[in-house]
Amino acid sequence: MILVTRVSIKRCIARGCLKNVPNENYNFVLLRFRDYQLNSKRDNHMPTPFKEALESLLKDKVDALNVTDHQSSVMRYPSLGGAMLVKDLGGEVILQMTCRDRNRLALQADLLFASSRGIQNVLCLTGDSVILGDHKEAKSVFDLDSSQLLKTVRTLENGKDLGGNDLDGGVSFCAGAIVTPEADPLEPQLIKFEKKIDAGAEFIQTQAVYDLDKFEEFMDYARQFNAKILAGIILLTSAPMARFMNKNIAGVFVPQELIDEIASAPKGQAIKKGIEITGRMIRRIHEEKMCDGVHIMAIGKEELVPDIMAAAGLL
Amino acid sequence: MIRSITQKKPEEEIERLLKRLNRVFIIGCGTCVTLTRTGGEPEVREMKKRLAEKGKLVTGNTVVPVACDNLTREFLSDFGEQIDQADTLLIMTCAFGVQSIARQLKKMVIPALDTLFIGKETSFGTFDEICTQCGTCIIGETGGICPVTNCHKGLVNGPCGGTNHGKCEIDVNKDCVWTLIYNRLNELGRLESMRKYQKPRNHLGEPKPGKIKLTAA
Repeated sequence: MILVTRVSIKRCIARGCLKNVPNENYNFVLLRFRDYQLNSKRDNHMPTPFKEALESLLKDKVDALNVTDHQSSVMRYPSLGGAMLVKDLGGEVILQMTCRDRNRLALQADLLFASSRGIQNVLCLTGDSVILGDHKEAKSVFDLDSSQLLKTVRTLENGKDLGGNDLDGGVSFCAGAIVTPEADPLEPQLIKFEKKIDAGAEFIQTQAVYDLDKFEEFMDYARQFNAKILAGIILLTSAPMARFMNKNIAGVFVPQELIDEIASAPKGQAIKKGIEITGRMIRRIHEEKMCDGVHIMAIGKEELVPDIMAAAGLL
Repeated sequence: MIRSITQKKPEEEIERLLKRLNRVFIIGCGTCVTLTRTGGEPEVREMKKRLAEKGKLVTGNTVVPVACDNLTREFLSDFGEQIDQADTLLIMTCAFGVQSIARQLKKMVIPALDTLFIGKETSFGTFDEICTQCGTCIIGETGGICPVTNCHKGLVNGPCGGTNHGKCEIDVNKDCVWTLIYNRLNELGRLESMRKYQKPRNHLGEPKPGKIKLTAA
């Protein structure tokens, strides 16, 4: 197995950037990159807007980029491909892998492939239901679940595959998982969270949090575990968007004060207000050292990430 | 009681399947499909009416007591002539019934229903899936509630992030089974069972097609 390492951003060294940042070093600003679609029939080279977006976002701004795996069960350019593009541009990448579309053979093979291409961070997810996406009649797989996928990563690292066969060479990943701090009911979610950490999760990206006092309560509990916690931050773009999330996204609760605040923005200024709110939240998380980092999800508006960071005082 | 839960196929599909088959004998069943109101007496009568409206000749119709029983052949022998005259049998039973009849009679068979799951009536008019016959039963560790069947994703290590107020991300009318399992184990003082890591499932319970032959005692 050839392990190609071309990591160049900040403190990133061979084992992946997330693992090697000391606890006190608060500098995780992560970005979820979404909605990148490549029309492979007509255009098999990297499109300019994608390259520009990546370069402007990567340049000394974020530590790593999440590349999603058919997010919301909508068919897209594969996360492995996106992750390789990020690597090609010199960025640090977090490869998201869901268990929805691949059985254990395919997942292991893709982990080996990712490793051989220098991808070192993998976020292990169960994956959304196929029914929520755009190929509703497709067969869903879920041969493994998120904790089993984490364990699979560790098994491969120990030189074996799930069939018990010896691997020729080794892999090494910094593996992560997710948690929903405001799940209802919360206890079953926390049992799963602990299982993920036992299974080998080294970092945790949370579902979006808005009520930071409640998030602090979660952190009081989560700090006992040996895993880096990255708070999920979704950019609020309007009051209707906030209400939509409250109604439709499991485990996301935007408090009424924030909805009122963004609703109070003058016409056409909601997004500016959203950036201000988001920046303020990140600043507070940073200043109070609430957790180890944040994961910014500027869904569909990735170009605004630098503005959010500036509002947070991080640029 | 274990029940085969069915729903009527779309009209257009039945029409397509019956294309150029003009003489039809309709068979319903007195068991599960009567309970689910998809193939009992009233539904068979309604089908007969609709086919007549579409210009089909219904050579006869009946509701057999238990379509999946081997005695169905004997029951249907009373309708010999009407069945002989038909181009096809339109069978308003679950797939067990359709296949039983197909094995017993040398006739083209067309199912009028889709078989959805094996379940039971949990309250009047509500039918829930109970078991998917996966072949590697794990409910000894989940308080007797099956996550393989009742979690949309068949997860065995706890809920996914889509669980919402105890409901499933695909449908607010469906319970998140991991909330139910949590509550049950909590009541029984056996939550440690949920904390236990479950290995990837063994999907080799009985390779399809299932076949078991009893050996002499």
